Amino acid sequence: MRKLLLVALVLCISLTPFAQPTFPVNGVADPRDPVYAFTHATIQGAAQTQLKDATLLIRNGKIIAVGNNVAIPKEALIIDCSGKYIYPSFIDLYSDYGIPVPQRTGGGVGFFGRAQLTSDRKGAYGWNQAIRSDVQGSSIFSIDNNKAKQLRDQGFGTVLTHQKDGIARGTGVLVTLNETNEHEAILKEKASSHYSFSKGTSTQSYPSSMMGSIALLRQSFIDAAWYKDNVAKEGINLTLDGWNNNLAYPKIFEANDKWNALRADRVGDEFGVQFIIKGGGNEYQRITEMAGTKASFIVPLNFPQAMDVEDPNDARFVSITDLKHWELAPGNPAAFEKAGINFTLTTADLSDVKTFWTNLRKALEYGLSEEAALAALTKNPATILGINTLVGTIEQGKLANFLITSGPIFNEKTVILQNWVQGKKYAVKEDGWNNFRGRYNLTLKKAGAATNYVLDVKSAQSASVIAKDTVNTKFSFDGKIIKLSFGPDKKAKSSFFLSGVNNGDAWNGTGTDTSGSSFTWTATLDKLTRDSADSIKKKPLPKTGKLMFPFQAYGWDTAPVQETILIKNATVWTNESAGKLENTDVLVKAGKIVQIGKNLSESGARVIDGTGKHLTAGVIDEHSHIAAASINEGGQSVTSEVRIADNLDPDDIDIYRQLSGGVTSSHILHGSANTIGGQTQLIKLRWGANDDQLKFQGAPGFIKFALGENVKRSSATQGNPRFPDTRMGVEEVLTDAFTRAKDYQAALQRESSALKAKKGATDDAYKTVRRDLELEALVEILNKKRFITCHSYVQSEITAALRVADKLGFTFNTFTHILEGYKVADKMKAQGSNASTFSDWWAYKMEVQDAIPYNATIMQRVGLNVAINSDDAEMARRLNQEAAKSVKYGGMSEDEALKMVTLNPAKMLHVDDKVGSIKVGKDADLVLWTAHPLSIYAMSDKTIVDGIVYFDRTKDLELRKQVSEERNRLIQKMIGEKKGGGATVPARPSFVIKNACSEHDHNHGLLAIDQVEGE
Amino acid sequence: MKKLTIIFIIIAFFRQALIAQDDVYPTPDNNGQLFIKNAVIHVGNGQVIEGGSIEINQGKIVKVGAGVPVPANARVIDAAGKHVYPGLILSNSNLGLVEINSVRATQDANEIGDINTSIRSIVAYNSDSKVINTLKSNGILLANIVPGGGSISGSSSIVQLDAWNWEDAAYAMDNAIHMEMPRLIYIPGARSFFQGNQPQGDPVKRNLEKIDELKSFFREAKSYGLQPQSKETNLKMEAVQGLFSKKQKLFIHCDIVKEILVAVDFAKEFGFDVVLVGASESYLVADLLKQYNIAVVLNQMHSLPTSNDDDVDQPYKTPAQLQKAGVLFAINDADGQTRGRNLPFNAGTAAAYGLSKEEALAAITLNAAKILGVGDLTGSIEAGKDANIVISEGDILDMRTSIITTALIRGRQVSLDDKHKQLNERYKYKYGLK
Repeated sequence: MRKLLLVALVLCISLTPFAQPTFPVNGVADPRDPVYAFTHATIQGAAQTQLKDATLLIRNGKIIAVGNNVAIPKEALIIDCSGKYIYPSFIDLYSDYGIPVPQRTGGGVGFFGRAQLTSDRKGAYGWNQAIRSDVQGSSIFSIDNNKAKQLRDQGFGTVLTHQKDGIARGTGVLVTLNETNEHEAILKEKASSHYSFSKGTSTQSYPSSMMGSIALLRQSFIDAAWYKDNVAKEGINLTLDGWNNNLAYPKIFEANDKWNALRADRVGDEFGVQFIIKGGGNEYQRITEMAGTKASFIVPLNFPQAMDVEDPNDARFVSITDLKHWELAPGNPAAFEKAGINFTLTTADLSDVKTFWTNLRKALEYGLSEEAALAALTKNPATILGINTLVGTIEQGKLANFLITSGPIFNEKTVILQNWVQGKKYAVKEDGWNNFRGRYNLTLKKAGAATNYVLDVKSAQSASVIAKDTVNTKFSFDGKIIKLSFGPDKKAKSSFFLSGVNNGDAWNGTGTDTSGSSFTWTATLDKLTRDSADSIKKKPLPKTGKLMFPFQAYGWDTAPVQETILIKNATVWTNESAGKLENTDVLVKAGKIVQIGKNLSESGARVIDGTGKHLTAGVIDEHSHIAAASINEGGQSVTSEVRIADNLDPDDIDIYRQLSGGVTSSHILHGSANTIGGQTQLIKLRWGANDDQLKFQGAPGFIKFALGENVKRSSATQGNPRFPDTRMGVEEVLTDAFTRAKDYQAALQRESSALKAKKGATDDAYKTVRRDLELEALVEILNKKRFITCHSYVQSEITAALRVADKLGFTFNTFTHILEGYKVADKMKAQGSNASTFSDWWAYKMEVQDAIPYNATIMQRVGLNVAINSDDAEMARRLNQEAAKSVKYGGMSEDEALKMVTLNPAKMLHVDDKVGSIKVGKDADLVLWTAHPLSIYAMSDKTIVDGIVYFDRTKDLELRKQVSEERNRLIQKMIGEKKGGGATVPARPSFVIKNACSEHDHNHGLLAIDQVEGE
Repeated sequence: MKKLTIIFIIIAFFRQALIAQDDVYPTPDNNGQLFIKNAVIHVGNGQVIEGGSIEINQGKIVKVGAGVPVPANARVIDAAGKHVYPGLILSNSNLGLVEINSVRATQDANEIGDINTSIRSIVAYNSDSKVINTLKSNGILLANIVPGGGSISGSSSIVQLDAWNWEDAAYAMDNAIHMEMPRLIYIPGARSFFQGNQPQGDPVKRNLEKIDELKSFFREAKSYGLQPQSKETNLKMEAVQGLFSKKQKLFIHCDIVKEILVAVDFAKEFGFDVVLVGASESYLVADLLKQYNIAVVLNQMHSLPTSNDDDVDQPYKTPAQLQKAGVLFAINDADGQTRGRNLPFNAGTAAAYGLSKEEALAAITLNAAKILGVGDLTGSIEAGKDANIVISEGDILDMRTSIITTALIRGRQVSLDDKHKQLNERYKYKYGLK
């Protein structure tokens, strides 16, 4: 029966179509098709089981049989693998092997240089240089022998390779590390399509931000789908063609970071695509969220090196985030395994491919199981890419891609002997194939006389000759050629020189003696040295510190919970008609304010004594730039398609710092680089939450507009080619954008009526108007579904903006900054606008030369709803005191002053039904102040959001202690690493990126890198 | 009729205001006698005198105390219910050198070149800057005008804020030479950071070499000063001779511990009177500063902590830490967006975070005066000193109550009007607000 099977198998193979070459032959054709039989091996079977003493048969680059009872054809070339192990070779899904690395050309780079508004690429491509969906990896792939060897030496046999450039990167090509020729190496011309948030070598200005990249991806999905059935005005668009074609393949997204992974996954969800996500190494910090994406992950092993932190003055600037990441990063693969996420490992991001095994072993040491590690390198990548009929396991019909190792693959002393790719042998460490270590009888023969020695071979590089006693010996053996030299006795000044070849157990050769006359020699094995038992040492898991949420100083290891809280006997600033209530209690339950009164009681409530303290509603900052990965999309003058919400950053330490200043909600605005900026996001300062949980639920959408110096790029150092360059142009940008939006809206309406007229034809498929994310946001404004907050300074531009709004049928909900608001307060009031301003900033740039600290008071007295905002991570911690300045400048009442940072911003943000005052039913967003809340001496004792105490001055002292102790532990550990001989890199200060409007002149500290605006 | 009268009065008032907009007139010298009574006097040295009086003659404080009789010819200012303070001192400022930060043509604060010891800030001080009066109306009467640029930027001078021109404004000239300590930490610019560029060589090592060059300069300058008369004049070396004779102080602008240690080394080697400016990390070496009598000007209370791991209130509580160690320090306000007018509130923040109110006050009055080398002239309300005095409706450190009603510079009662008050009046008029 088994024989029959074999016959069938052979038949089957011979029935495969005869592959004819198209290439001419110079000389005599030399076709070869041998069968190899690898016998007596331990073979890693397709299941997790190992087949002992098994046989592997391969022919023509493929596996034709594997198992314990495989009949070996008589013509088979037999390779005895006794004591050897055979594993499927590894697969790397994230390589750029054999693909040219693109170079950035041209001087103008998006960030600081002169704006480049159109694509530099010649040809019938799309408008944006960073969308390179027309690129095909297969057409630019060529074999790179060096790199192929490097990867094979680590155990890889197959890689998915693509050009790592751009936001859409075209297709990846699946290749083996076979060096024969590209034709044979390519397994799949189009095996994947690739995406990222990085614009790579594109010199085009747009996108210049994370949220711009996201918007561009979204619009490209839309455009491509539309292009399938509609004619683009520009004609043929190869980029969109490519985009559509690429949707057929597994889609891999280079996220490189935990939050980016969520961002990528959300884009995928919107367009019905499940991305495979390439991680960056910090995913363990939010592994629950990673699992929530349901994505498969490609995980790098780029663990950070220890830093040299012996000098306390250097250690001072390394943050706990970096110290802890160094400690925990090797546990990243284990975290994926534990979370049950399908993942594969990659050599990508390693500074040197040769460190792959060191890092892999480290991952094992930090809890990754051997089974998971092997699966992550073989079966998983094959499944993830849908190439498991080709590679990934050792099974009949698959490619003959396998490793022969000296022992179980993860054992400490195991080496990879050979790496077979498509049935071709590539040596890795062949000298380890046979154990040749042992004692040999060495005989030198000269003119019939023989001299005997003992040769003790310790390794391929080391042996000693024993005559009367041990003499100086040099030895090398590469598996074939032996070289040996030794002095005839210990004191000899000259040596015998021998060379020879290996014939199994006997070595033969010739040599010359000290007098230069020649002889022949043989060495025969006397006794092999047996290997000491080898296994992976089961060490206990390394001791590490706890995770923190967020992964930052002052992060929680146990998150604070919602409590029933009774604040007793405080001075309560209600912001309601009741005004300021002395000796009053406030009861908070399930995140809401449930009772305000005297002598309240509630069983089980946490009682906070408010005696001598003041309770106010939480501070709301109408204008903030914290907690976001990017703030400004300055690539164009109209970027209403970008959304701050797409790139929130919950790890920002300023969330915690601002809680310490009583802030509970912040309106995260796009910057002021352009006339129509991006969509904003109102957040609550829920320290420790993830990006989604930060959002203020139920708040209506806003968008940032800007006028004046920034949008006309007054500070551009290399000239400004981006329209507008004057305030005249700014007005025209607004008019043009809203005119286009109205036309777009009309087109949508026409289409909708036409579809209604046809029966039941409301299906998306019938729609022909291309969805335009930019105009869609503007239409929302026209329909009062989205509101404007407009950065503005001088009276001319404010008036002009108001008139454009009047003419085109929208309103400016809020003017922010609005430092000359006092000059046009009546006009703003006529349109129903709100004002959000600084207390006393001025004279830092031309358009604020008439800014006055009486601005807020005048606007308020004219009848505007006025707020004081920060626009600054530092000042936001003192907004109560900034509001107090209006008591000084202009004599505003204290009640009204406090409302400028609580109720008034809530009103202008349309959330005053939820926050902004102390009223039964509103959210329990509260601050208990140590002193009069408008006083310079007031500090937040407790800041409460949704009934959760997120900042507590007493708890803060504990946290400081924890931070300091944990820092100390980690620094000591790092120093220990250095003392233990571990490699270190110089201490690298942990710089902090601060998003702010560059126009300001506020110092954010030594380590701050200000992400500038206007770019 | 009544209404009409009111309108008429308002119009009359504004006509005057409009005329005055370009000029708030400096007050002429006061050679007469002044007497402030019923005051809560915050002396500036920690003392508070309730119900106190101050007698002023020829611009000088003659008597201070609770039972001082009113001189016959004195003009009397009744400060009942109010608080009286020494005029506040801004210790490190580009006031009058920069009008609008972002407009290059208005920037006169940073000279090119590296060793600019002979550069003098006073000659570029624009006493007509619109910014000046906004400080004066908040009680800041003196400011140290500091040049920037290069490793040694030149000399600062102290000005009083009610003057026709810089000669008029000069209160103490060339009191200090300013040195910008080469950074001993590499901080990439935003461009390098975001493009991942690596620095050429080791910038910290280069800066250590630079520090050696600066030391060589001072060594040679010392030797130059000791040379006999016949020599080629070296203006750069002439300019620093005051450092060796201690007529001038060396103000070293630096932040981190390593830089501070080098600054201490300058003090030791050359025997200079060294003052650290900025010194955001000075709290880490407070004991050392005390040991070597090195004073500190803290540039900005209202800053973020340096490292994410620092205590969230670190910059706010730095003064209390220096105070505890016994270090002489002043609090400054170098904020570029408010241009120095929030000096009292920077001190107020320090008071909220551990200083007593009087200690916080000293940091912007007497300590500042001592550090600037004019402690014998001003900084406190004590007999013999210049009558540089402000009267506030309430606690000057708290914006709720810090409303300045009177200011005297050398006994001259100066105008508290400024551009902002005038624009306020102008637009209150537009809207018919009172």
